[in-house]
Amino acid sequence: MPQLNPLDWGPQLVWLVLTFGILYLLMLWVALPRIGSVIEKRAAHISGDLATAEKFRRETEEAIAAYEQALAEAKQRAHTIVEEGRARLKAESDAERAKLEKELAVKSAEAEARIEKAKAAAMTEVNAVAMDVAADIVKQLIGTAPPKSDLEKAVIAARKA
Amino acid sequence: MIGVAYAAEDAGHGDGHGGGTGLPDPMHQFEIKRLINLDVFGFDASFTNSGLFMVIAAALITLFTLFAMRKGALVPGRLQSVAEISYEFVANMVRDNVGTAGMKYFPFIFTLFMFVLALNMLGMVPYSFTVTSHIIVTFALAAFIFIGVTIIGFWKHGIGFLKFFVPSGVPFVMLPLLVVIEVISYLTRPVSLSVRLFANMMAGHTMLKVFGSFVVALGLLGGWAALAFMVAFTGLELLVAFLQAYVFAILTCIYLNDALHMH
Repeated sequence: MPQLNPLDWGPQLVWLVLTFGILYLLMLWVALPRIGSVIEKRAAHISGDLATAEKFRRETEEAIAAYEQALAEAKQRAHTIVEEGRARLKAESDAERAKLEKELAVKSAEAEARIEKAKAAAMTEVNAVAMDVAADIVKQLIGTAPPKSDLEKAVIAARKA
Repeated sequence: MIGVAYAAEDAGHGDGHGGGTGLPDPMHQFEIKRLINLDVFGFDASFTNSGLFMVIAAALITLFTLFAMRKGALVPGRLQSVAEISYEFVANMVRDNVGTAGMKYFPFIFTLFMFVLALNMLGMVPYSFTVTSHIIVTFALAAFIFIGVTIIGFWKHGIGFLKFFVPSGVPFVMLPLLVVIEVISYLTRPVSLSVRLFANMMAGHTMLKVFGSFVVALGLLGGWAALAFMVAFTGLELLVAFLQAYVFAILTCIYLNDALHMH
């Protein structure tokens, strides 16, 4: 086994120490810091980007919330305006109707009064005509006109019958 | 493929042949060849084929990470994704097994995982050399981890780290035996850690080599069966190459967690 020849150990150990030592220092001072810094830079970049994305997402959510609040307020206001308008219109139409009804009541009352008067007038007229006709008929039959008080009594009695 | 490659190479050499069987020696691929002889104050520091592949692995990892991250793009390309996935993979391994206190040792675990992975994977390239198939390399890594973790344990908990070897909730009379068992199991950690990696890599490559020589030996008539087996086994070896690097790194994490948090 060539591995067990002690004469060959010295040269191998010398070059192992040399190459491994130099490689270790190169890795320690040059290669590993370079790789590590690139990985760290990337991690920082990614976390920075994630933070920015998170910020934008929060801003978007705030904008959406503000929009929804504004929308809700606008809806509320529109509702109030509609309600107010409706109430005002109702009040106006109610007032109009009340006024109209009052006027109509007044007019119908006047008309009823006029009709009553006309009726009363017409009734007295009827009595007078009946008395005249009765007086004429009695005069034709007996030649003399009955007294006015008798006529009146007789007409009223007849009309009651 | 590796077996075939070495088989062809061995046929040329002739000194790699096993004792009279005519088949190439499957252990020949593990031989250390001195490419440049170096002597530092009487100590043999020669640049070998093993050292060459360690340099190639270190260079590949460095070039890969730097080239992949050259733009440092916010949206990564394919290569940058691979570099980042490796980083995250090891970082998660450390976080899950050791916790945030262990992130201080993340560069070491990352280097360890990438280095062992690169060495294992480079070993799968034909004509290459598998550095991790040498016990001295894996044992040196395991021993360094073992000693380092033990120092961290004593540094964090002081002498109280010795309580790590005293299991809680056992009868007093059993303690002497259990403490001995705990200490032995702790001391065998570097052995098991290094032998696991070394044995896996050596066994796999030896198998590939043996079946590679069968392909040649059985020729056009029977070689196909051995070749088919080799194709499947190469896939398995790629999995083992990754898995052993992963196991090596995750066990280091677990040992580190023991030292930092004492169970």
